[in-house]
Amino acid sequence: MPMEVPLISLAINQTAIVRHFIGGQHFQHKLRMMGIREGKVIKLLALQPLMGPIVIEIDRRELTIGRRMANHIIVETTR
Amino acid sequence: MKKIVLMGNPNVGKSVVFSRLTGARVISSNYPGSTVDFAKGRMHIRGHEAEIIDAPGTYSLQASNKAEEVAARVLDQADLVINVVDATNLERNLFLTLELIETGKPVVVALNIWDEAVRSGIEIDYPALEEELGVPVIPVVALSGEGIRELVQRMDEVSSSPARPPVSDEEKWIRIGSVTREIQTIRHRHPTLRDRISLASIVPITGVPIAIGVILLAFFTVRIIGETMIQFIFDPIFDLYLPFVTALGNWLGPGILQEVLIGRLIDGEIDYVQSLGILTTGLYVPLGMVLPYIISFYFTLSILEDSGYLPRLATLADSVFHRLGMHGYGIVPLFLGMGCNVPGALATRCLDTRKQRFISATLLAIAVPCMAQLAMIFGVLGPFGLMYILMVIATLFIVYIAGGLVLARFVKGESYEICLEIPPYRMPDPGIIAKKTWMRVRGFLGEAIPYLFAGILLVNILYATGFLDWIGNLFAPVTAGLFGLPKEATTALLMGFLRKDLAVGMLIPLGMAPLQLVIAVTVLTIYFPCVATFAVLVRELGSIDMLKSTAVMVATALIVGTAMRVILLGV
Repeated sequence: MPMEVPLISLAINQTAIVRHFIGGQHFQHKLRMMGIREGKVIKLLALQPLMGPIVIEIDRRELTIGRRMANHIIVETTR
Repeated sequence: MKKIVLMGNPNVGKSVVFSRLTGARVISSNYPGSTVDFAKGRMHIRGHEAEIIDAPGTYSLQASNKAEEVAARVLDQADLVINVVDATNLERNLFLTLELIETGKPVVVALNIWDEAVRSGIEIDYPALEEELGVPVIPVVALSGEGIRELVQRMDEVSSSPARPPVSDEEKWIRIGSVTREIQTIRHRHPTLRDRISLASIVPITGVPIAIGVILLAFFTVRIIGETMIQFIFDPIFDLYLPFVTALGNWLGPGILQEVLIGRLIDGEIDYVQSLGILTTGLYVPLGMVLPYIISFYFTLSILEDSGYLPRLATLADSVFHRLGMHGYGIVPLFLGMGCNVPGALATRCLDTRKQRFISATLLAIAVPCMAQLAMIFGVLGPFGLMYILMVIATLFIVYIAGGLVLARFVKGESYEICLEIPPYRMPDPGIIAKKTWMRVRGFLGEAIPYLFAGILLVNILYATGFLDWIGNLFAPVTAGLFGLPKEATTALLMGFLRKDLAVGMLIPLGMAPLQLVIAVTVLTIYFPCVATFAVLVRELGSIDMLKSTAVMVATALIVGTAMRVILLGV
């Protein structure tokens, strides 16, 4: 059953598909520039402790992004 | 003269291409944002001289930080653009390519890191890409120089980009999607050892111990290399030099020339640290004490930079730095500043907002000791034992954290979250490491020696005119009243503005107690950066923010100095 959830709620090593972003033009532009775009497969690699950033893999690249940003990226889980 | 500008995303190897084209040396690293300013060079194309400009990396022409603004400005002057593209990350890189072509300027695409793309199973049909884009596309490996000759040849071909009506971002992404599907095939591969090491270094449970290990190993390496160089190279040279400079002193005889060139004799002999002459202390402090550690520090840091470890460290450190009003990338100016604060101050540009840069620069000036300051700390306190040195380092650490917490709360403005690409690990190239270390060492020499000479000259003149006694009395309420130091220490504190390492020779003869020296050395480190760093900070922050920053520095020095006096001296 596919479900749309914020990226932050994925489990470690879980993959999902990027669906949409919650935020202004500038925010969306920045994410797309970093390679985070609608339709991409995204994998959560690590959560840093103490509300630190998360590390994701997308297109075989690793990216670090802050938690607030990760909260505004909506993904569709594949399972 | 024709102007050729190198444009590309961060960390795609623009600076390496630049070095290949011009033979000039610029600093490149394996992390996004190592070029924060542009570099210029010259090259010959078919007998014509052209100017090449290496712009900072940018994801798009819609600038979102200071380095990207620089890039957009540089582009305006271009007669020809070399768009450096990371072949292992084609899709994301093509956005800027489309934007560049849209400007109508002649564009040549250099498909860099081609070797790594091939190795990792990425196939790009570059003739098809060339056809699709309508501009020359040349695969290159800038590190080895492969393909550079062809790149230069084909720069002649282009006159202007094919006119295309500008399209929206949305349409660009759609086009990029269809182009990459057509011309790129990616073979699936199993995770390699490199992937596993990469993962281990960003997952907290293994990453934090790895980070601590790497940092300890780095400091150990800096110390071993520095000490070894002093023991086998620098000390023997200065031992050989001593008879000459002693003979010169005797030949000059007592007088003003001897005072300035040789300085005071300590127990009838020249003391390299305390004599305070241009040809004695003026040469020994920067060359014999600081330089060896500058060399070993930047050598070690260059290896860390080029391996690609720093963005991983920034990821792990982010939650701490975020609370200090910056984000994890604040670790880059911090590390660079430990060699010399000047490159550290420049590196604050890699942070996104004014608030972040202000905090990073202010804390750098206050609590990050450069090698000259460390040399001073070790030089003054070393004879009394490691404990006193640790007291200074621990105080600086606390000040950095406390200062960050306070500034994060009170400095107005935004502080964005981290958003950082982690590059793959790469084996550092010995040639590039050597070049980079040399460039930074040369930068240090250019700054250190003139200021140290000027400082020594000034101390001698002010001493002779009695000005130093006057100023000592003037500041006595602060030095003696607040910090519990002899009023003569004022001079050393003030001269520290020119060069902090100069203060060593001025503090030692005062015969202070070790705990007093701890206070003196800490205040000296905190209250102000040296004049070279100060000049860079004025440029980076603007004079108004620098004034505010200076107020924070002086206030911190007063508070910390007084607090230490109460805690350490108990009065």
